[in-house]
Amino acid sequence: MAVMSYRQALHDTLRAEMLRDPDVFLMGEEIGRFEGSYKITAGLLDEFGPKRVRDTPIAEEGFTGAAVGAAMLGLRPVVEIMTINFSLLALDQIVNHAAKIYGMFGGQKSVPMVIRTPGGGGQQLAATHSQNVELFYAFTPGLKVVAPSSPADAKALLLASIRDNDPVLFLENLALYNTKGEVPDGDVAGEIGRAAVTREGSDITLVAYSRMAHVALQVAEKLASEEGISAEVVDLRSLRPLDRPTIIESVKKTSCAVVLEDDWLTYGIGAEVAASISDGAFDYLDAPVRRVAMAEVPLPYAKSLELAALPSANDVVTAVHQTLDAVGRRSVGAH
Amino acid sequence: MATTSRKRPARSAKNTEELLGYYRQMLLVRRFEERTAQAYTEAKIGGYCHLNLGEEATVVGLMAAIEERDYLFTNYRDHGYALIRGMDPGRVMAELYGRQDGVSRGWGGSMHLFDTDVRQLGGYGIVGGQLPLAAGAALAVSYRDGDEVVMCQMGDGTTNIGAFHETLNIATLWDLPIVFVVVNNHLGMGTTVEMSSAEPELYKRAASYRMESARVDGNDVVAVRDAAKIAVERARKEQKPYLLETVSGRLRGHSVVDPAAYRSKEEVEAVRAQDPVAGLHDQLIAAKAADADQLAEVDADVHRIVKAAVEFAEKSPAPEVSSLFDYTYASPVPNDSRRLPADPLFPVGA
Repeated sequence: MAVMSYRQALHDTLRAEMLRDPDVFLMGEEIGRFEGSYKITAGLLDEFGPKRVRDTPIAEEGFTGAAVGAAMLGLRPVVEIMTINFSLLALDQIVNHAAKIYGMFGGQKSVPMVIRTPGGGGQQLAATHSQNVELFYAFTPGLKVVAPSSPADAKALLLASIRDNDPVLFLENLALYNTKGEVPDGDVAGEIGRAAVTREGSDITLVAYSRMAHVALQVAEKLASEEGISAEVVDLRSLRPLDRPTIIESVKKTSCAVVLEDDWLTYGIGAEVAASISDGAFDYLDAPVRRVAMAEVPLPYAKSLELAALPSANDVVTAVHQTLDAVGRRSVGAH
Repeated sequence: MATTSRKRPARSAKNTEELLGYYRQMLLVRRFEERTAQAYTEAKIGGYCHLNLGEEATVVGLMAAIEERDYLFTNYRDHGYALIRGMDPGRVMAELYGRQDGVSRGWGGSMHLFDTDVRQLGGYGIVGGQLPLAAGAALAVSYRDGDEVVMCQMGDGTTNIGAFHETLNIATLWDLPIVFVVVNNHLGMGTTVEMSSAEPELYKRAASYRMESARVDGNDVVAVRDAAKIAVERARKEQKPYLLETVSGRLRGHSVVDPAAYRSKEEVEAVRAQDPVAGLHDQLIAAKAADADQLAEVDADVHRIVKAAVEFAEKSPAPEVSSLFDYTYASPVPNDSRRLPADPLFPVGA
């Protein structure tokens, strides 16, 4: 067990997988000579050479599609798309091709590839560089979408994604790259399609993924230490498939929930979680499921506006208070 | 860059036999497609259905230039390629019928014929979608130091889509063993090449990517084969991409349901006058390579194959509904959704 950053966990896992399997190779803009926009691939060109760390032209549709074709012939490409915003340029290859090839041809060829890409706002990058469009991919059968929030999950899920025989969109987050955590040693892959209860609690369930799962843990700690509120945190980790049973089990215990998401509220990931809770735990609910999500605007550049639009820890605390007030449980404290 | 001229084949015995073989293949495409159109109007075939009628010489010439070990990607006008590449005609027709024994198990239909055994890796319905995939297959060949070549067919309209330019650029940069073939039938649905392409001599577009290219008469099966062999050879020996443009006509509408009202009578007549199947028929007789009776016998034989294909498709069962969730993922995964439209997410009353 070593303490390392989310960035380091990704880097080390890529390197280990390339050492383990000669069919694993990396492609993307600026991943070699420039060592990656966010330096995840630093040093790998020197170690593995240009065949396995392939710098691409600025042609997301072309190189993402080339990875799909290479995967059809059995290689295991790991594509880096500089930010999830640019994945929109490759939407046809991801949604119409990577996601369809296994099914549309009756299971004759699978597409064992990974698309690593960071989401996340809050860097003053303005509207086109601050979106969280993982929903587009999570919406699409045939794709798998994972969104690790900790360095340990980053490692475990990247191992699982590279070894999986289906196309996996691996969602990273700009704000998580420097976060640190304990990462188990050894070659232990995680399981795509499983959420985790990252903190046990009894008063309320917080459901989140990626950066907001990190925020959820911070908020839960604060609620516990300052107000004696016991919040349980469910980290989705996998957006497709969505682990509904784990969410439902938690809500059956706490009887109320707040969903945290970095994307837009209307039609968002939280909407799906809330609808699932309604389906699976209706009789257990003591309050409507609340969602804390980004304001529904193109994200502005100005810091004051950007901060107001993005969901914060304080926003989560407010939503938790309102939910517990609605069920008359907040003053109870100990529960 | 060079424009390959129409070549008349020498009349040696070997060439005669070869030409008769090509005639038989072209006729198979012709009769299969005519029968397909009929089945479509009888509502045996659904969805979109695009035919290779008028492109038989191109299809057969291209397929004669690649080897078993090579890979083929095409667009949605793919029936002829499948037949000549070696897919079983019955299984191709079964796919058009949406049956269990179809080459894509009934999941793809007319636009998505796929058979790993003959290394034809789709049939793609999105214009230009197959180009990056084919480049990726060529990248995999190159990665493994293989000697296979990838052939990537497309229509004339595809040369205006972004994926075309991104892929040609990548193919040259990465020294990929790939042959791009633009089948120019002058029409993207109803839009002419001149209306849609600032450079209507499409093979010239390769110059932007320092790629060798050529244009060839797509109605001349031997010319297509020879031009394609040059391209394939270059890809295999030198690991260099190539762009080949074949020029032919479309005998019918864009798809079976298109009456092509936008075409003038004269235009249609001109295309008919270039009919590659009739042309080869007359050429074989003029060269005394075969007489009309022999060629009629070939036709009768091909009719039998097509008839048997239809019978096979008719008898093949519809895919079982229980198989609906079999092909979402290749690696099983927990919490995969397997609900039918009216199924609740969770058992009611639980």
